[in-house]
Amino acid sequence: REDIDQSDSSLYRGSLVTDSSFRERISIRVPPLYRGSLVTDSSFRERISIRVTPLLFGGSLRISCELVRGYRSEGSLRISGSLRISEDLCFIRMAGNAWRSMLSQVVGGAARPLTAAFSRRGMQTVTMIPGDGIGPEISNAVMKIFEAAKAPIQWEERNVTAIQGPGGRWMIPPDCKESMDQSKIGLKGPLKTPIAAGHPSMNLLLRKTFDLYANVRPCVSIEGYKTPYTDVNLVTIRENTEGEYSGIEHLIVEGVVQSIKLITEDASRRIAEYAFEYARNNQRSSVTAVHKANIMRMSDGLFLRKCREVAENYKDIKFTEMYLDTVCLNMVQDPTQFDVLVMPNLYGDILSDLCAGLIGGLGVTPSGNIGANGVAIFESVHGTAPDIAGLDMANPTALILSAVMMLRHMGLHDIGNNIQNACFDTIRDKKVLTKDLGGNSKCSEFTDDICRRIQDM
Amino acid sequence: MTARSVQSLSGALKLLFNNRLTRVYGAATCTQRHKSSYTPPPARYGGRHTVTLIPGDGIGPELSKHVCELFRFCCVPVDFEVVNVDSTKDSEDDINNAIMAIRRNGVALKGNIETNHNLPPSYKSRNNLLRTTLDLYANVMHCQSLPGVRSRQTNIDIIIIRENTEGEYSSLEHENVPGVVECLKIITRTKSLRIADYAFKTARAQGRGRVTAVHKANIMKLADGLFLECCKEVASGYPEITFDSMIVDNTTMQLVSRPQQFDVMVMPNLYGNVVSNVCAGLVGGPGLVPGANYGTDYAVFETGTRNTGKSIANSNTANPTAMLLASCLLLDHLKLHAYASMLRRAILCTVTETRLHTADLGGHGSTSEVVRSIMSAVQSTGPRTLSI
Repeated sequence: REDIDQSDSSLYRGSLVTDSSFRERISIRVPPLYRGSLVTDSSFRERISIRVTPLLFGGSLRISCELVRGYRSEGSLRISGSLRISEDLCFIRMAGNAWRSMLSQVVGGAARPLTAAFSRRGMQTVTMIPGDGIGPEISNAVMKIFEAAKAPIQWEERNVTAIQGPGGRWMIPPDCKESMDQSKIGLKGPLKTPIAAGHPSMNLLLRKTFDLYANVRPCVSIEGYKTPYTDVNLVTIRENTEGEYSGIEHLIVEGVVQSIKLITEDASRRIAEYAFEYARNNQRSSVTAVHKANIMRMSDGLFLRKCREVAENYKDIKFTEMYLDTVCLNMVQDPTQFDVLVMPNLYGDILSDLCAGLIGGLGVTPSGNIGANGVAIFESVHGTAPDIAGLDMANPTALILSAVMMLRHMGLHDIGNNIQNACFDTIRDKKVLTKDLGGNSKCSEFTDDICRRIQDM
Repeated sequence: MTARSVQSLSGALKLLFNNRLTRVYGAATCTQRHKSSYTPPPARYGGRHTVTLIPGDGIGPELSKHVCELFRFCCVPVDFEVVNVDSTKDSEDDINNAIMAIRRNGVALKGNIETNHNLPPSYKSRNNLLRTTLDLYANVMHCQSLPGVRSRQTNIDIIIIRENTEGEYSSLEHENVPGVVECLKIITRTKSLRIADYAFKTARAQGRGRVTAVHKANIMKLADGLFLECCKEVASGYPEITFDSMIVDNTTMQLVSRPQQFDVMVMPNLYGNVVSNVCAGLVGGPGLVPGANYGTDYAVFETGTRNTGKSIANSNTANPTAMLLASCLLLDHLKLHAYASMLRRAILCTVTETRLHTADLGGHGSTSEVVRSIMSAVQSTGPRTLSI
């Protein structure tokens, strides 16, 4: 009880949540149990006061933080952490790591207003890569929707074509790289994969340049788009740099080929940490590692061991392991039993596409690639569809949902939710659907409908 | 020579020579078989066949017992030579005995042997060892939608032919430096040609019009590229069969949305694992689909998805359909077609008409109830049976 020092005494009386007028600012001093965290600095406490927006009882709360006293309040930076409200409701018990990570985000967010990103009237710069084929149309659609939603996003359009740098190494254009390094967030349309062009695919180049190690694909059933599977709500997190796709192949003798699957400790640890962080930040209850360690004992065994080690630090999230074939078997029978799945490259490729198929295909699936150094590129994973390019027939849903993912990543949850709800409402209404969703409207009509819904909200 | 005397002879041999020589002796008798091109007849004496039975772990033992019961009841002329493989033991003697028994008899019915993946890499998967030593290169799984079984998709009829011995399952791994592990995926021309040939022969024999090769040759250009090339080569010799190829992630997406488009599918080992499990899930689950592993000289039958079912072991809730249908495939292989079709009819009658389902299909029946229902279905069709 001594641990929490706060102004509002109603905390001691009832639960945090039942009192809806609980909007008083409280300052929470974290008990010395969490030594080593950011909070032990008492001066820090004065700078941040945390307003708790009560949402659930006895479960996890979302903490909405407002920067006060000396910082211009730039709107609410929502930080989600999971708090366990203890039964006696006397104090908020939080795992040290959760608090630490949450506050590092708060402090990071507090620091961010001082840097260029938020400086210009709170506008965040995002590098937009329209792509090829239907890319430009759907990118325009997204930009229009963002305008209608009044999102504080400033777009910087860049094109990626492979150019040969010094030493014959293929790389992306330097202006694109500069823009990404500065803005740290990118939104990408579909890129054409050239056959026999002499250079590797553009996606591969981007992945190597920004060390995009995690591919995140949240698969949620869309209400208006009927598939045999309803209630799908899972996330596949796939290691994106090594594994079976390392590209190391040899012709041993005539007729014998070997392909090398590479698993390293660092990459496995990194992806496992990202998976648990993601689960925590998005209120997910369990993480399942998918593997085939009964056959590939050393490689998948190493991956599993790293996942287990990282799971020790995240005791609030349930960790299970499952064989790849069991996951596939159960996924097509009952996808509701899965939450977050983390796995190496090949299994991730197959499973993420399987899950995309469950909710309706690549045309409605968002995807995000997270890199080292805070870079994140969100993309639509479908192809360039050159046969309908320029005909205003494309379905922008995938890019819209990826853009929503991007907004959530940046902390702009309200705007993200608005856009997502508008998009889902439009699809549910079935009045202006594009051809692949079963209607025969144009892409621009679909976009306009979404914009209208957002403005009405 | 009866099976028992052969066993005692091999036991005597083992005492005389050390282990390696017995294997050589065994191999020598094998090479005599390789000389002729026809499949040698399975062990048959006095009109009765001898089949190796490996119960395995989990639900294996109880299902094997039900198979024996059913065969005794229907007076099927098959005797089972039971070989137990203890998966907790470190030594490979058990599985070697099983392999020897299969070499002797030519056919086997097997339950899945559990592999504890927390053990060090020196402990190899017993199932994998069996498949590679006996060179059972083709795993065939026929997934068919059954009326009366609830599933999200209907009208599925896919034959999956999966390369069973190489690919990602070669168990060749090494740790270069601490923290960096390499695992080799081997694709050879001979084995790819062999499996492609098997696939097209099967397609032709069953009157199927289309074979799809599943691969990831856009990323693994040399390995899966070689596999695809071999398939194309073989396809040119079967002009009446359409051949196309599909990338594995697209395949899984198509399987979930429109599985009716697939006919026969051929693929390397790991993709086969994924695709066969997806298809089994689509038609109703692991309890319904049997699987067969064919080699040039031997055949081993098991459930299609190779689950041990540890969590439901000994609770009388497992679905016996897969194992019983596998035993029907076994009878077909032994050319006892009458018995095979009689049993198959009875089993499918129980699943589709009587609709006595176990828990995995959403029903409340127990394993023994289902087996008894199958027995009464057999009895009602009239052949001579023992009394229930």
